Amino acid sequence: MFQVRIHGRGGQGAVSGAEMLSVAAFLEDKHAQAFPSFGSERMGAPVVAFCRIDNKEIRLREPVLEPDALLVQDPSLFNSVDVFAGLKADGYLIINTAKSLAELGIEDAARQLPEGHVWTIAATELAIQHVGRPSPNACMIAALARACGTIELDSVTAAIRKKFPGKVGEANVVAAQAAFDNAKAFK
Amino acid sequence: MLKQMEGSMAVAEAVALARPEVICAYPITPQTHIVEGLGEMVKSGQLENCEYINVESEFAALSVGIGSSAAGARTYTATASQGILFMAEAVYNASGMGLPIVMTVGNRAIGAPINIWNDQTDSMSMRDAGWIQLFCETNQEAVDVHIQAFKIAEKLSVPVMVCMDGFILTHAYERIDMPEQAQIDQFLPPFNPRQVLDPANPVSMGAMVGPEAFTEVRYLAHRRQMDALELIPQVAQEYAEIVGRDSGGLISTYKAEDAETLVISLGSVIGTIKDVIDQRREEGEKIGCVAIRSFRPFPIAEIRKACANAKRIVVLEKCFAVGMGGMVASNVRMALSTQPVPVYNVIAGLGGRPITQTSLHNLFNEAAADKLEGLHFLDLNQEVVERELERQRLDECSGSVAENILRDIGAVAASKV
Repeated sequence: MFQVRIHGRGGQGAVSGAEMLSVAAFLEDKHAQAFPSFGSERMGAPVVAFCRIDNKEIRLREPVLEPDALLVQDPSLFNSVDVFAGLKADGYLIINTAKSLAELGIEDAARQLPEGHVWTIAATELAIQHVGRPSPNACMIAALARACGTIELDSVTAAIRKKFPGKVGEANVVAAQAAFDNAKAFK
Repeated sequence: MLKQMEGSMAVAEAVALARPEVICAYPITPQTHIVEGLGEMVKSGQLENCEYINVESEFAALSVGIGSSAAGARTYTATASQGILFMAEAVYNASGMGLPIVMTVGNRAIGAPINIWNDQTDSMSMRDAGWIQLFCETNQEAVDVHIQAFKIAEKLSVPVMVCMDGFILTHAYERIDMPEQAQIDQFLPPFNPRQVLDPANPVSMGAMVGPEAFTEVRYLAHRRQMDALELIPQVAQEYAEIVGRDSGGLISTYKAEDAETLVISLGSVIGTIKDVIDQRREEGEKIGCVAIRSFRPFPIAEIRKACANAKRIVVLEKCFAVGMGGMVASNVRMALSTQPVPVYNVIAGLGGRPITQTSLHNLFNEAAADKLEGLHFLDLNQEVVERELERQRLDECSGSVAENILRDIGAVAASKV
């Protein structure tokens, strides 16, 4: 089972991101379960959403406590939330930022993970550029597809189109493709 | 057809397949997405011949439902938490009048203190209101059980409450195999009411009944629920024959046959329990579980049979009767009153506290060693409790327990005026 935890802030579409990731996995004939952390939904408040992907039925209903991948949609969360809690030693870390990990103060933490498992992408900027809204969620799951082979980009773009039919979806697909192409591995 | 979708939307589609004629809606988290979904289907014309009525409260929602059901319309509504409390009087009226309404409860804790998260205290508060209560383990089950609920309700002329864990199921995206409309049309005939308000043939419903007949009316309501013990598995069988999936019935068991430790629970936590059972089975422990799907009527015979060879029973429930213990365990103990087997009662997941595999392993370790107390609170923070008790000992006017504990654990600023 591959377990993903998405950290974001209310309004950034963390829950929709988890849903789209589950749809992408479903389109690959996998079982997937996406669910939010069930907090009060307020703009700007820390939000967590989860997605599990497996080749068999998923019965587990606890929150994702030991993620295989962390998607951090707002790096300011590193200062207020224990984002790394339970991250597996060989886990993946995808951060929405245009800054370096040293600037974010998490270079040491990132070095604990295997090479090629830590990626950054300026997802908010890409979303503003292509979608006209600071919604990094589609870009983040596209970057996950780039970072690890758990999910294909084609499935991600198909899931985006299902979630947001029409112009908004197409714009998000363009942003996601750009995120896939421009995601940077930390060395 | 296989789909990846939110539990609430899946239930909305399932309810639509049952061709309801009146839907009364008042929003309350976490069931709101269900009635919103149905509202969109009525507006778009996808759900035809259905009147969608926005009402001003939960009391109104079920009261309108009582009216429409009495007039012979297949009627659906949904609620949760404080909403079911607010409609309580109508809940009893619907069953007392024998009106086959189907209502979803997106299970959520009851305040005070205010809590929007999942437990099952809301449904349990109405466990003796005369409704059939069916609890769902997965969203697939919720889809199938909702459709079956209409048939059960209408055959017996009894309302059915379909209970599904709020957020954990209602807000979870997962794989759903949605039945086809033709299958459901074959399974569920049009509503043919046992009693109907008809201007051409006036009758009185909900009449006053005095001491000369009240006991008999109540006794017959009980008889109908006993009939449901036969009917529920039968309807599940009919559904399986048409849709090809077994997801109804009174209880379901998992690796229970040779289990020395038998866990009994209801709702979505059964999934996590099954995973933990598989891990413990690999270590050679004989452990299994029973999911109670029908809590009302309570399947005494099935519980007895399932527990016949167990050395200990662990009843894990997301509800709690203050001053007593768990409602489910009380019922299980009654069912097993002639079987000399220890029944441990575990209160878990109140107000949305996650029930984790780690906690369940610790719990089952203690159970296997017969070290559990009769009433156990999973993951209770004893230190927080002791500190609050100490505050109360030291200060007669120590203030609100809820506020004190939030300050204690740092969830709100520690500025006591």
